[in-house]
Amino acid sequence: MENKKLYTLLVYSENIAGILNQITAVFTRRQVNIESLNVSASSINGIHKYTITVWSNEEQINKINKAIEKKIDVVKSSYYTDEELFIHEVALFKISTPKLLDNPEISRTIRRHDARMMEVNPTYSTVLLAGLTEDIADLFHCLQEFDCMLQYTRSGRIAVTRSFEEPVSELLNEK
Amino acid sequence: MEKEIITGSEALMRSLQSEGVTTIFGYPGGAIMPVFDSLYGYTRGENKMFDHILVRHEQAAAHAAEGYARVSGEVGVALVTSGPGATNTLTGVADAMVDSIPVVIIAGQVGVGALGTDAFQEVDLVGVAQPITKWAYQIRRPEDVAWAVSRAFYIAKSGRPGPVVLDFPKNAQTHTCEWNGPVKTTEVRSYNPYPEIKQDAVAQAAELINHAKKPFALVGHGVEIGNAQNELLEFLEKADIPAGRTLLGLSALPSDHPLNMGMLGMHGSYATNMQTQQCDVLIAIGMRFSDRITGLPSTYAKQAKVIHLDIDHAEIDKVIKTDVAVVGDCKQSLPAITRLLKKNEHKEWIDSFTPFYEMEKEKVIDPDIHPTEGPLLMGEVTNAVADATDGEAVLVNDVGQNQMISSRYFKFKHKRSIVTSGGFGTMGFALPAAVGACFGVPDRTVCCFMGDGGFQMSIQELGTIMEQQAPVKMILLNNNYLGNVRQWQDLMFEGRHSFTHMLNPKYQDIAKAYNIPYDVVIDRKDLKDKIDKMLKTKGPYLLECAIKEDEDIVPMTLPGKSVDDMELVLDY
Repeated sequence: MENKKLYTLLVYSENIAGILNQITAVFTRRQVNIESLNVSASSINGIHKYTITVWSNEEQINKINKAIEKKIDVVKSSYYTDEELFIHEVALFKISTPKLLDNPEISRTIRRHDARMMEVNPTYSTVLLAGLTEDIADLFHCLQEFDCMLQYTRSGRIAVTRSFEEPVSELLNEK
Repeated sequence: MEKEIITGSEALMRSLQSEGVTTIFGYPGGAIMPVFDSLYGYTRGENKMFDHILVRHEQAAAHAAEGYARVSGEVGVALVTSGPGATNTLTGVADAMVDSIPVVIIAGQVGVGALGTDAFQEVDLVGVAQPITKWAYQIRRPEDVAWAVSRAFYIAKSGRPGPVVLDFPKNAQTHTCEWNGPVKTTEVRSYNPYPEIKQDAVAQAAELINHAKKPFALVGHGVEIGNAQNELLEFLEKADIPAGRTLLGLSALPSDHPLNMGMLGMHGSYATNMQTQQCDVLIAIGMRFSDRITGLPSTYAKQAKVIHLDIDHAEIDKVIKTDVAVVGDCKQSLPAITRLLKKNEHKEWIDSFTPFYEMEKEKVIDPDIHPTEGPLLMGEVTNAVADATDGEAVLVNDVGQNQMISSRYFKFKHKRSIVTSGGFGTMGFALPAAVGACFGVPDRTVCCFMGDGGFQMSIQELGTIMEQQAPVKMILLNNNYLGNVRQWQDLMFEGRHSFTHMLNPKYQDIAKAYNIPYDVVIDRKDLKDKIDKMLKTKGPYLLECAIKEDEDIVPMTLPGKSVDDMELVLDY
């Protein structure tokens, strides 16, 4: 597909079992891969929030968004490009402590990325980085080059809009 | 005052009664036995509340519920057991989803404690049903029955209707709860069934129509669902707009109305398809631009401004790019637009449909309905039944050639008079759907057209018809072929008839076994009399018609072609 962009969908739903399944089925039916997915509470009691990123184009994401919003227990679904959101991700890196001690450049790289050392013991150390996708990817590549990485994981994207309240607040207040 | 304590099954009965249910199509089994036990008392004696129609296969229960809903406008209800009983309904559920039919399927389930253990007749029904339902829910406690049933009926019927599946574990059927009376759902906060109609969109639509020289309306099932047949007439007549009807929208506009230009689609009228590519404003009303309507979408009505009236926001721009979208119930949006329309006349434009009609009449219609030699044709049978019923009957048809030909030549005077499997194309749909239709409108004649293929997919329902004496007038168009596939094999696969010829049973013997009156038409001189005899006979009737084996359905837009690339004669 041409003109693909990374879109972030923010989906608000009731807290009823099986909704995640219904939402992901919309992507599966169109054979669109979900890049990242995070489910959490929202600021509104009883309303869950799904933050989903996908590579898509305007026409396709618009149809996907409408198909999700059509689900009975979905309150609202909207899609955004990166500039419309405050975005964060979290990554954990488990690295070898002997290698960390042998190569001071590793510590400097970690500090340069504003990452935090969560735990250090004689065999391994755990590093946490909260930031943008690019920052995390950059640290990942650096640590990979130092050949010190033992484990790595990254959270799905979480995002809030630049609007004052949750995009769904006004709609729910009207009900 | 002490509260009444009742079982979940009893709560289900009371909740169904509160929703106005009178007819249930069902089939008992292990995991739904407590419900059937409660039902027993409500189907007889002083407490009789429901008619329960015992079908012969659960798929038929779903299709019968669809047929009932289509003709009556009420929610159709099916009651089945867990596992295979539940999965057997799923073809009907998917059919109802794509054709927007309000049905509620209630299925038994193993007890909550056994869920996930691969217990006998356990299936993750909510999981498998979710993609093909408007809503699917598992009622895990008797306390939740009243709420879930009320929500199910509200969701099934409101807005764009659709199927709801309720999965009812056995413990929730047998355990007891306090009965606090039925629940009435009037809103679901996450669901907006009737979007507010935007006045600027209404004004833009009216402006486009007022300036149109060649407006053309596409009338869909949404007009029937919205009960907006009168509003449609006022709209069309005020601005003098010719209209084509989709398969599901055929009875939304009377067949003999001067602005009715015929059926749309792959086997629709020549004029409606050709003129779709000539109109300057295309007004789609409660229809979803199915691929059988648009042909090649990239060439569809490119010259026209497109106005789309639909209650479902997700239909806008899904297939055809819309210039003006009026989202909302057409019962409201049509009169809102009509108020802003100027009284208009488009005589020249309307007259321009006539030459196409004349060409179709000469090359297709007259040879179809007034043949003078050769074997019996499907068109002449339909036409003779249509003449004999004079637009008063309900048409139920199966899928394939019998569906296209009976839809083309049947006549409609009244709304909600066609029951067909449009989007899903479910062979075997007609016979059970016709049973449902008989219960939905018991005062009307129900004519059920089937091919020999589709008939045999639901032939067991002759048992239901026999037991209920359901007055289905079955017209079996027997050509000993899966005719539509055979036609496509001739067109696209060099005439290699791969498994489309059928060795058929003696239908006379089958009818006799079920004690259903039967006759066969071989010679066209007998056709009218035998149809009259069928219609005069009280109760069910099977009229077999020995049809020409290799009859083709024309006109036809071949798959992947533009709608105006329509063949009146197939050359292969």
